[in-house]
Amino acid sequence: MTASVVLSRREWLLSDRPASRLQARLGRAYVAWRRFSANRLALVGMLIIVALLVVAAFADVLAPYSPTVGDLKNARLLPPGAAHWFGTDDLGRDIYSRVVYGARWTLYVVILVAIIAAPIGLLVGTIAGYAGGWTDTILMRITDIFLAFPKLVLALAFVAALGPGIENAVLAIAITSWPPYARIARAETLTVRNSDYIKAVQLMGASPFRIVLRHIMPLCISSLIIRVTLDMAGIILTAAGLGFLGLGAQPPLPEWGAMIASGRRFILDQWWVAAAPGAAILIVSLGFNLLGDGLRDALDPRSGDQ
Amino acid sequence: MSDTLLEVDDLRVTFPTRTGLVQAVRGVSFSLRRERLGIVGESGSGKSQTGRAIMGVTPPQAEVSAKKLAFDGMDLLSMSPRERRALRGSRIAMILQDPKYSLDPVMTIGRQIVETLRTHEKVSKAEARERALAMLQAVQIRDPARVFDLYPHEVSGGMGQRAMIAMMLVTGPELMIADEPTSALDVTVQLDVLKILDKLVAERGMGLIFISHDLRLVSSFCDRVVVMYAGKVVEQIKASELRDAQHPYTRGLLNCMPRIGFERHPLPVLDRKPEWAA
Amino acid sequence: MSVAENQAAAGRGSARAVAILSSLGRFLVIAVTTYLGLLAVTFFIGRVIPIDPVLAVLGDRAPTAVVERTRREMGLDLPWIEQFYLYVKAALRGDFGTSVLTTNPVMSDIRRVFPATIELATLGTIIGAVIGVPLGVLAAVKRGSLIDQVARIVGLIGYSVPIFWLGLLGLVLFYAKLQWIAFPARLDVVYEYTFTPITGFYLLDAAIQGQWDVFYDAWRHIVLPAALLGYLSLAYISRMIRSFMLNELAQEYIVAARAKGLSERRIIWGHALRNAAVPMVTVIALSYANLLEGSVLTETVFSWPGIGLYITNSLQNADMNAVLGGTIAIGSVFIAINLFSDLLYRLLDPRTKTG
Repeated sequence: MTASVVLSRREWLLSDRPASRLQARLGRAYVAWRRFSANRLALVGMLIIVALLVVAAFADVLAPYSPTVGDLKNARLLPPGAAHWFGTDDLGRDIYSRVVYGARWTLYVVILVAIIAAPIGLLVGTIAGYAGGWTDTILMRITDIFLAFPKLVLALAFVAALGPGIENAVLAIAITSWPPYARIARAETLTVRNSDYIKAVQLMGASPFRIVLRHIMPLCISSLIIRVTLDMAGIILTAAGLGFLGLGAQPPLPEWGAMIASGRRFILDQWWVAAAPGAAILIVSLGFNLLGDGLRDALDPRSGDQ
Repeated sequence: MSDTLLEVDDLRVTFPTRTGLVQAVRGVSFSLRRERLGIVGESGSGKSQTGRAIMGVTPPQAEVSAKKLAFDGMDLLSMSPRERRALRGSRIAMILQDPKYSLDPVMTIGRQIVETLRTHEKVSKAEARERALAMLQAVQIRDPARVFDLYPHEVSGGMGQRAMIAMMLVTGPELMIADEPTSALDVTVQLDVLKILDKLVAERGMGLIFISHDLRLVSSFCDRVVVMYAGKVVEQIKASELRDAQHPYTRGLLNCMPRIGFERHPLPVLDRKPEWAA
Repeated sequence: MSVAENQAAAGRGSARAVAILSSLGRFLVIAVTTYLGLLAVTFFIGRVIPIDPVLAVLGDRAPTAVVERTRREMGLDLPWIEQFYLYVKAALRGDFGTSVLTTNPVMSDIRRVFPATIELATLGTIIGAVIGVPLGVLAAVKRGSLIDQVARIVGLIGYSVPIFWLGLLGLVLFYAKLQWIAFPARLDVVYEYTFTPITGFYLLDAAIQGQWDVFYDAWRHIVLPAALLGYLSLAYISRMIRSFMLNELAQEYIVAARAKGLSERRIIWGHALRNAAVPMVTVIALSYANLLEGSVLTETVFSWPGIGLYITNSLQNADMNAVLGGTIAIGSVFIAINLFSDLLYRLLDPRTKTG
């Protein structure tokens, strides 16, 4: 009984002749999900990111100690053990608790960078692609110039001028990471610009603004999401690098890069101070990379299914 | 030496995919003497994979099996890869559809011809060049020395396909598999290329398997025709007797051919019945 | 050769020359605008963002007289566009101002430290290419096999690991525990005073002078940072080569090559890789540019006295001239490599010669 219901639901999703827009959309999503979930590594990546979200959300519950106030008298530089799973740092703070709270700052950075950089890229790319001509040439020249810069070094210089701090680090990374999004959005725009349905919308008298916003931008979203996901690892690494150089998050914020920097002084004797936050960065970056790869394979029909 | 050049019995080509096994070729049988055999079918009928399976150049994931697949009395499937490779390009050759893609874009035409020759015969560089030039001449390229040093993108499609024929015939093979050799060419040069192929096949007494979707072309060019549908042979018939073909699918293909002076409305639609594929 | 053939050859030659010239012209235009863009951004960073650029350059402890002089020198009383003009003029002369930290002109500092970075990045790229190319090729040829999986994991970790952290762990293991390598620096202290570099690339200099003890010492210092950068480069190169090779191996000319009876080895290395060679050169060049940038963090970890360490030291001392000078230096080389690889692409691919 239940089996037949499940089967028919599956058939409904996979139908060649969807009866409604909703059914078609759900069917497409279902097919994409099947392709995605067949990829075990992508599932691992998703699991890591879900874990990151959970840890960030429930940091207060998961962390046994305060991330900023340590026990200077009794708990300085303790090796990993039952009381302190990842050991303690030079200020007697529990490293496990700091890593847990650090998840929040990592999320803070990647989300803010994505929110700032992706729309800039989307706007620049769709306008360049739809307008064409000189607008296109100038916008793309600027994009190319930014693409030709070394990202980390430029971010360094920006933060040097803006002053150290996690907000400025976010700003600097966002400023250096929008160009690829503009490229992608432009490429997508060019493929649909001359299509018949855009012509039809034009004939109906839609303004260029409306066409770009309602009919072109939505089509760029899926490739943009893939690219942003794939870039997340790079963003995390850059933010951590800035933190490591003392330019990103400032003490006592439990940001992973800054934690490695503070552990550097004791690295030869108390290696665990730097080890745990670095491993956290590695795992989360890996998660985003795996998820991004999986999304690309599932959503991008061009990437073949052999 | 037996009269039969190639014997194919119950040839099957299977591809594993995410949704299970897909049989591209499902039990094809025919035999070939030094004659011209046409294989006709729609795209997806398995005609190309049949050619590639005989050649031994199916993709690595493909599974090829047959009750018998013998070339000149030798069992192709039980051969070592090395022995099979020694046959390819020397005794069995293949022409692909589009010279734009089937010639290596970063190697000059001359070097590609010489490469075939020197893979199979111990000849000096100078002699290989000589024979490659002669071969280019044989496919009626007027200025062989010039074309020898050109890259594939520098020549036209017709010229490229002649170079391809030269590359495959330079070793003097006995069996030629031509997989849609003219479909990618301009209509005006199709005939030229076909004439060259025709002449070389006749002169050298080769066996030819001519794979095409174009029944009229095949019927005018070949001695016998094998009609394939969904991986199976539905009919084998002499080209001269094609008008009396029995199978409805072959009749359907025949009816699709436009004839001058006849009204074409409504356009005939090819009939496909699942039981033919069963 | 007949006359006609000669003419044809000459005609092709000149067409090719025109194509090369026009791509050189395009190349120059792009190089100039990109470089101007770089200067505009650094100008923006140095002059527009800070509330008081003089303070940003000198720090807040400078005497008033110096502040006033610098203000005039920087032309801060002029309109921005004129300031930018002067800035570009100075930059083209190689004048990036004076470093507060070292009291030298920034340009001479950069000249001093750059060879160390180039040496490190070059060795890293060599390691990355020598291992990455065959790894990528094998992964593509034996798709789905164990080696493909290994290459994939190695690559993914390379894309995901914070290099400075891996460097620190490497120091713990290879320096502190195993004592296989030397402490973070470029040479042992003994040699710092006795060794006279010629080119600034110590490995090369030591080899030229036949000082093999110095060579060995320099090797013990460079091997870990170079291996780390090599790993980053390997991750990138092997992944790109794999996808190029998969693309090539799916082409029809590979089927044709099989039909010709060529050996798999010849098909893979002689045809597929030859076709992938053009993008491969680009990828290796880009990887080199990335390593220049990656050296900022690596040099900090390994106290490697190159441009990266110079920039970070200057950052910590709010030495804005040095930071921007260093940024422009890395940026210039980065741009040059980018454009060079683009040009190389055009020259190497026969399809773009006449097209």
